[in-house]
Amino acid sequence: MPEHYAPVKMEPLSGRRKVFNRSLHVLLYLCAAFTCILLVGIIGYIFYRGLPNITWKLLSTKPSYLSDSIGILPNLMSTLYLVVFTLLIVLPLGVGAAIYLTEYAKNRRLVAVIEFATETLTGIPSILFGLVGMLFFCQFCSLGTSLRAGAFTLVMMILPTIVRTTQESLKAVPQSYREGALGLGSGKWHMIRTVVLPCSTDGIVTGCILAVGRIVGESAALLFTAGLAHSLSGFFQALSTPGATLTVALYVYVTERGETDVGFAIAAILMILTLLINLAAGLIGRWLGKASHGRSA
Amino acid sequence: MEPVLSVKGLNLYYGSTQALKNVSIDLPEKQVTALIGPSGCGKSTFLKTLDRMNDLVPGVTINGSVQYRGLEIYAPDVDVTWLRRQIGMVFQKPNPFPMSIYDNIAYGPRTHGVRDRKHLDEIVEKSLRGAAIWDEVKDRLKKSALGLSGGQQQRICIARALAVEPDVLLMDEATSALDPISTSKIEDLIADLKNTYTIVIVTHNMQQATRVSDKCAFFLLGELVESGDTGQMFSMPREKRTEDYITGRFG
Repeated sequence: MPEHYAPVKMEPLSGRRKVFNRSLHVLLYLCAAFTCILLVGIIGYIFYRGLPNITWKLLSTKPSYLSDSIGILPNLMSTLYLVVFTLLIVLPLGVGAAIYLTEYAKNRRLVAVIEFATETLTGIPSILFGLVGMLFFCQFCSLGTSLRAGAFTLVMMILPTIVRTTQESLKAVPQSYREGALGLGSGKWHMIRTVVLPCSTDGIVTGCILAVGRIVGESAALLFTAGLAHSLSGFFQALSTPGATLTVALYVYVTERGETDVGFAIAAILMILTLLINLAAGLIGRWLGKASHGRSA
Repeated sequence: MEPVLSVKGLNLYYGSTQALKNVSIDLPEKQVTALIGPSGCGKSTFLKTLDRMNDLVPGVTINGSVQYRGLEIYAPDVDVTWLRRQIGMVFQKPNPFPMSIYDNIAYGPRTHGVRDRKHLDEIVEKSLRGAAIWDEVKDRLKKSALGLSGGQQQRICIARALAVEPDVLLMDEATSALDPISTSKIEDLIADLKNTYTIVIVTHNMQQATRVSDKCAFFLLGELVESGDTGQMFSMPREKRTEDYITGRFG
């Protein structure tokens, strides 16, 4: 540096602004710390109360009044059946609707209205879906209180999410891929099946796994429609009979029988399931993303 | 000689804006026709009318006549998938699919029902050789096409277009996104390809037009101002506007 340059004169922050700066820093730190403690605290407390109560007997038997024991196998199976049956319906329906809306629909206005409606529906409290599901599926369609009715209700509830996530991943496929395929003389559906869908599987699968998370965690809508029974039966029989999923069972055991320990055990299981589902969503999404973008092809 | 593509009185509107005004031109067989003109003059739009890629744009209306070997391509009973198989297109930005090089080239033939592995292998090799990229990629056919450089990707796209054995090849500023070396490779390629195919290119680069094309068409504001032999047009343009453009006075 040439010597005749005088160094710039420093103008430090005034005392008041320094204090202000410092106190805001502390305030924000406290916000973050509080959030952290809250979240970790809840998870920790549930595991602390729940984990010791998870026994093999609890997981592998059904409740019995004779031996006065509680088992949640029926609830585990009900949850599994519900997830499978709901996905079987919601996935083709939702993905199909999303493909139509993004690839085929010509009426932009109508699409905008539908997109607005799906967005609104995702924000509606699930108990409203429960009410509608009870009135429509259980009573009007006379399906009675059953896993079937519960599954149909969840289909209504999850459909908007699946449509939205699928649409987003379809829209993210570059237009140039579509032009390239059509320019080679492929038909519209062929183009969608061979180029667009493979590029968007990661998004669709991620949406799907998040939907599984919502099904596992749902209780309000199912209280109305799927009932409170703890009976153990095969897939098809279970669909037409009532069955309580894990979340519903948690509610029943705690409020009606005062079994707080069982409640916490179920809560811990649910927490582990949710954790696994979220991890799976992340991993599968990343893995498929890699595969479909050809890096590992 | 009968022209491969014959356009008469073509008008095209995007909504209420007219993008092409009464364009008439014949494109001769096994020759390179270059479409030149400033940005927004309608040359790319015109190119897209030739294989009906404008069908994808909402709100486009077209009237006039476009004939491919005597067939009116905007007639209601024309199968666009058949048409686009006869008239292939290479886009401005290289757009290989996110698949292996092999699958990219095999995409077209598979679409049209070729399943036999040996036959596909032959088509892939022939197309890649045709696009002068076989030697560069023959050892990595199973690798993703997205791992190639821009110039290689564009030649993959040309090979992909050749694999369906088209009659006409349309190239929309196919070298504008590439470096000079890749550009000259593709220009050499065009010179080879015109022995087999009828080629129409859109270019911003007038040197390129003089280097590779036999015929030239100058577009301005949606109008076809002048068309004819490239040598003649660049040495003795008939129209004042053409002269102004090719001498660099505007555009």
